[in-house]
Amino acid sequence: MKLNLKIWRQENRDSSGKMTDYQLNEVSEHMSFLEMIDLLNETLIQKGERVIEFDHDCREGICGQCGVMINGQAHGPLANTTTCQLHMRSFKDGDTIYIEPFRAASFPILRDLKIDRSGFDRIIQAGGFITTSTGQAPEANSIPISHQIAENAFDSAACIGCGACVATCKNSSAALFTSAKITHMALLPQGKLEAATRVANMISQMDAEGFGHCSNTEACEVECPQAISVLNIARMNYEYNKSMLFKP
Amino acid sequence: MRLDAKIPLGPLADKWNNYKQHAKLVNPANRKKLDIIVVGTGLAGASCAASLAEQGYNVKSFCFQDTARRAHSVAAQGGINAAKNYKNDGDSVYRMFYDTIKGGDFRSREANVYRLAECSAALIDQAVSQGVPFAREYGGYLNNRSFGGVQVSRTFYARGQTGQQLLLGAYQALMRQEHLGKVKTYTRHEMLELVVVDGKARGIITRDLLTGKIERYAANAVVLATGGYGKVYYLSTLAMGCNSSAIWRTHKKGALMSGVSWIQFHPTSLPQSGEHQSKLTLMSESLRNDGRIWVPSKADDTRAPKDIPETERDYYLERRYPAFGNLSPRDIASRAAKERIDAGCGVGPMKNSVCLDFSKAISEQGKDKIREKYSNLFSMYEKITGINAYEQPMLISPAAHFTMGGLWVDYQLMTTIPGLFALGEANFADHGANRLGANSLLQACVDGYFIAPYTIPDYLAGELHTVKIDTDHPAFIEAENSVKKQLDQLLNINGHLSADYYHKALGKLLYNKCGLSRSKTSLLSAIKEIKELRASFYQDLKITGDNQVNSELEKAGRVADYLELGELMCYDALTREESCGAHFREEYQTADGEAVRNDRDFCFVSAWEWKGYDQVQELHKEPLIFENVDLTIRSYK
Repeated sequence: MKLNLKIWRQENRDSSGKMTDYQLNEVSEHMSFLEMIDLLNETLIQKGERVIEFDHDCREGICGQCGVMINGQAHGPLANTTTCQLHMRSFKDGDTIYIEPFRAASFPILRDLKIDRSGFDRIIQAGGFITTSTGQAPEANSIPISHQIAENAFDSAACIGCGACVATCKNSSAALFTSAKITHMALLPQGKLEAATRVANMISQMDAEGFGHCSNTEACEVECPQAISVLNIARMNYEYNKSMLFKP
Repeated sequence: MRLDAKIPLGPLADKWNNYKQHAKLVNPANRKKLDIIVVGTGLAGASCAASLAEQGYNVKSFCFQDTARRAHSVAAQGGINAAKNYKNDGDSVYRMFYDTIKGGDFRSREANVYRLAECSAALIDQAVSQGVPFAREYGGYLNNRSFGGVQVSRTFYARGQTGQQLLLGAYQALMRQEHLGKVKTYTRHEMLELVVVDGKARGIITRDLLTGKIERYAANAVVLATGGYGKVYYLSTLAMGCNSSAIWRTHKKGALMSGVSWIQFHPTSLPQSGEHQSKLTLMSESLRNDGRIWVPSKADDTRAPKDIPETERDYYLERRYPAFGNLSPRDIASRAAKERIDAGCGVGPMKNSVCLDFSKAISEQGKDKIREKYSNLFSMYEKITGINAYEQPMLISPAAHFTMGGLWVDYQLMTTIPGLFALGEANFADHGANRLGANSLLQACVDGYFIAPYTIPDYLAGELHTVKIDTDHPAFIEAENSVKKQLDQLLNINGHLSADYYHKALGKLLYNKCGLSRSKTSLLSAIKEIKELRASFYQDLKITGDNQVNSELEKAGRVADYLELGELMCYDALTREESCGAHFREEYQTADGEAVRNDRDFCFVSAWEWKGYDQVQELHKEPLIFENVDLTIRSYK
């Protein structure tokens, strides 16, 4: 198929960018979206032009590194999909496709479609862990965890940290990402003891990074590749209020 | 050169305890004076960096991804082995040791493999304490399942995303140490050179992938946990950024490379569907617990798989290997698939696939049960192929996957360069000529959480009086200059072919001539063609863009290394005149196509020494001594 592409080009963090037009012929419907960009880049190399920089790695939907806005939607038109798992059979011959980076003040653009999501790492550093050191953990079966709790914890832990939730939120809120980790840890007996300090510290860091507040539009859940539920945000708010109520 | 594996004395079951009891310690007050560089943030790297930081060392952690959490360990699906014997089905440390050493076709060290099995139980405890949500029985206790090459249930899993959950545990431990100030992470940094001072590893040179700046970092020890090099085949199950550069550059600085041609082809990957493809997606091997593998009985059958009746299907694994059936080890299952595909029985548009069929499991257990076990894999399959595998068989084929080869390390995981350690898939150590499923996450975790935290301090205890190295040292200047020279060279070739062109050409060549099966003829021709390809690369490569963010420049450096590594893979395969594990030399097989191992002449680990560009490398041999197992013919029949 033939495609008209409008792609965001930006030299670096400080420069201004613009949409640039490209045409691509001979796109196979079996290509992934990223393989389509590979094809475009191959043509740019032949023309002596700088290639389009984009983030990607595993190309099987699990690393969370890829992610762009495609026609205004994070990761494109399919529900619960990363960009690498979106295939060109979702588009038609002659389509015009707009490709832009995830836009949020807390995700500065580095070049073209590459962005800086290190704010997510700093939120985890603020408390997104269970304080356990190496080597002397108790026997794993000594603390039973019910099947359902383990499954629910997994549902939250499955977040891949791609940032689609932030990109699609009108407030650029990181509430879904942060709440998923808080819920994962709060559900498990191992993580419960430090749940109060964790939630307070992580929310404080989320604010310090400049992510916006959640106003419950629930767009994040719609765009999340892992279908992380907004109920996590409710859980985060519950944990936060509890921590404030019982603050020593 | 004499290779000393430094295996502790004493009975097999006591060796690791003996080692730990006698390993040298570093006083807590001295630990904060010592710096350690860890390259790679996967399971091995993140766990090692976090564990050493917990002990009080200063750790610098490097990765090329935008965050440590994206290391390719994240993609491992099926599970992690541990000899917990929770199922009371006869598992034990010894049985796991035996399965693993047999699985590797008796080409790994007894002591290393025993230690792997011994540490496995504690690893599950460690991961659970970090909050890894492993599958649980309804009573709240851990559940597990079986994997290829094994007749007990010892694989712990977190749905089909075990690697992701284990990695998040290690990543979170790493982030905790970053917050405490004991780890400094450097993301989007690629290691391009090792700095050796007075024969010891004392630092690295990196390129900041955002600014293009070449940077120097000094330390008392350098740890490489940079994963495997299966991406040398271009089409593989690995992430696009996986590469061999870190280990290859240290190889050129004097570290030996072992078992280089031992590369596992995973039997349950999605097949190639065309020339546009950049990778082959892995489907977890756990699918083989319920899926039955078959091809049409007769060649060139053009019917859709679902239209082929039961009586005209060849369940070739169940037929050839009745004891293990669909759970045959990966090398056996991959080769059996290739044999059927080569015989014209392959299915799919390119006739390059076999069927993985769940109809029997669905009829027996119900769709809901299968959905609960594998739903993410089924939906991933549908996203990529557009096919609903609840309704018709999945099409799968073998794909380049895990590298058993890597840097030669001794029992302490130290390379032939003192102070340079290699962990996880970056070393050759534990899997022999074939890795059993669910042992890779285990090895990476055990290396990082439990082994390196003893062996690296043992080394560092002797380094307290070594003068602190300044990054102005001539060795740093020289290493930086050589990196800059290579980058300039690549940027200035100004030919007309992309790095991907060369990568694909090399991959295709290796796949055909040094892939699932090899022969003397194919290997000699591959060596000749790789030399030609390499010469062309340095005349005809084209890189556009500048010296800042430039993914083409990154790729070109990695392809340059692959072009050298690929040649060594062929030499390694050529000199090993036997079939063992994943290494199948066509000249050495039985009449019914089974591998013929040669223990008399090849019971050794090959270790190659770099002799200079365009020189044949020198082969050193570490004899493998088996005191606890008999070298039986590896039969899964």
